[in-house]
Amino acid sequence: MHPTDFTIRGALEALNEGIVTSEALTQAHLEAIQVLNPRLNAFITVTAEKALEAARASDKRRADGLAGKLEGIPLAIKDLFCTAGTRTTAASRILGEFTPPYESTVTSNLLRDGAVFLGKVNLDEFAMGSSNATSAFGEVENPWQRSNDDGVRLVPGGSSGGSAAAVAARLALGATATDTGGSIRQPAALCGIAGIKPTYGRCSRWGVVAFASSLDTPGPVARTVEDCALLLESMSGHDPKDSTSANLPVPDFAAACARGVKGLRIGVPKEYRLEGMPDEIEALWQQGLDWLRAEGAEIVDISLPHTKYALPTYYIVAPAEASSNLARYDGVRYGARVDGEDLKDLYERTRAAGFGAEVKRRIMIGTYVLSAGYYDAYYLKAQKVRALIKRDFDFAFRDVDAILTPATPSAAFPAGEKQDDPVAMYLNDVFTVTANLAGIPGMTVPAGYDRHGLPLGLQVLARDFDEETVFAVGTTIEKAAALKALPQVRAFA
Amino acid sequence: MSLDLQTVRRVASLARLHLEEGEDHRLQAELNGILGWIEQLQEVDTADVEPLAGAGAAAMPMRDDVVTDGGQAAAVLANAPDRAGEFFAVPKVVE
Repeated sequence: MHPTDFTIRGALEALNEGIVTSEALTQAHLEAIQVLNPRLNAFITVTAEKALEAARASDKRRADGLAGKLEGIPLAIKDLFCTAGTRTTAASRILGEFTPPYESTVTSNLLRDGAVFLGKVNLDEFAMGSSNATSAFGEVENPWQRSNDDGVRLVPGGSSGGSAAAVAARLALGATATDTGGSIRQPAALCGIAGIKPTYGRCSRWGVVAFASSLDTPGPVARTVEDCALLLESMSGHDPKDSTSANLPVPDFAAACARGVKGLRIGVPKEYRLEGMPDEIEALWQQGLDWLRAEGAEIVDISLPHTKYALPTYYIVAPAEASSNLARYDGVRYGARVDGEDLKDLYERTRAAGFGAEVKRRIMIGTYVLSAGYYDAYYLKAQKVRALIKRDFDFAFRDVDAILTPATPSAAFPAGEKQDDPVAMYLNDVFTVTANLAGIPGMTVPAGYDRHGLPLGLQVLARDFDEETVFAVGTTIEKAAALKALPQVRAFA
Repeated sequence: MSLDLQTVRRVASLARLHLEEGEDHRLQAELNGILGWIEQLQEVDTADVEPLAGAGAAAMPMRDDVVTDGGQAAAVLANAPDRAGEFFAVPKVVE
């Protein structure tokens, strides 16, 4: 077995038993990155020297009996998390060579627990996209290929496409990611790995480049549900620097994975049965419910009547917040600058040159829906519909402990396929976006394959701050599915 | 509601985005496509619904009004594209 094939749990045990060192683990991942990154383009910045130095320091801490909870584990960091002394781009030209003098709270927590950072991974520009096609640093390739491979490059999903591709291709044991409308769960599903968007407020947003502040949620992706639990436990916790960070204890998420689902009531929302949904997704969903029933859960039909309005609501709320958050990129305080004839012209030319097409589109939508005369018709209306979507979940969770849905409307699709029509691209997040609007936790668990052998995921939702139930249900599905297939493009394949 | 070209240009100015030749026409088509799709929200009855701004804790935490950090001019200016001493530099705004 190659060191890149370990799970995080397995690597921690191997490190403890002295079977492997963090230096060897880190070296193996760096070699894999060197070989595969020119093709996959998952990493924007590789910090090889820093990683090896950190790994050696980690091996010393372990030898000294000072091992942290993630001691020596090599991870990839989404290039939306500020990392002190390492370039942070948000996959945008406008940040130029921005090198933060500070460390995000989430990455600080991981470093505190002994994790080793391999580098910064690719994403859609400012996390706006569902195929990783909007990155100023180029597209990421999905490491999976269709079984009747016709040489077609598939997208890894987005926005955390680099995180998901790196973990699936075994270029990292796990990765940080962020989810504003599905950006953890959708790429995890398309790359055949697990990923959890925790409850809003569980992980601090401090030091994470802001997209839409009331929706942005940091979380982990990894190859198993338990690995996600280990990462999330380290990433979570109250942070006085983020006023929306929850002041609640962090449960033992890994322990919750072993709980099972006996006696749990699992909801099946009828509104998620979309017209034209591929049969294989419908069949997988039914299979997931059968697995849970076999393990003692009770399946309950529920209704979330405002589901249909979640995506249009999101495409008012998110751009509105983005237009406000992205006002700070003006070519004055940091990043790239394009000179103009006066200050306003400098701002306008800097922003025109620095932002890509999708980001500009969203800034324009956001500015419009917040502008005088349109605020009530669009933004206020969307906030009211958001309240109804949250109310739907509040009602449902009086009756059920968790909800099971498909994670995405299709498996990975070819690069460029849906690019021309923004609305068609937005529909990729149709199953995930409700959890962001309501703030509840949601997880993607790999559960099966489509007719081309591409991975498909199921999504588990639960009440605010009840990630433990998400992990219990997720583990049950993972065990029942017992998937064996691996992506064709992977380390040491 | 559909956007005319003049509104597209006004929104771009509010957003501080310089539009290249022809970009206003392309954005007009794209934005109208998205806004047309968003229009379906108007069919939802939201009378007597309180707007929800976020999913987080309802009450904003308060802390003492004291300086917790500061004196870091060098770090703050480290990424500036132009500076003059301990200040960000911009083109002249007052003659």
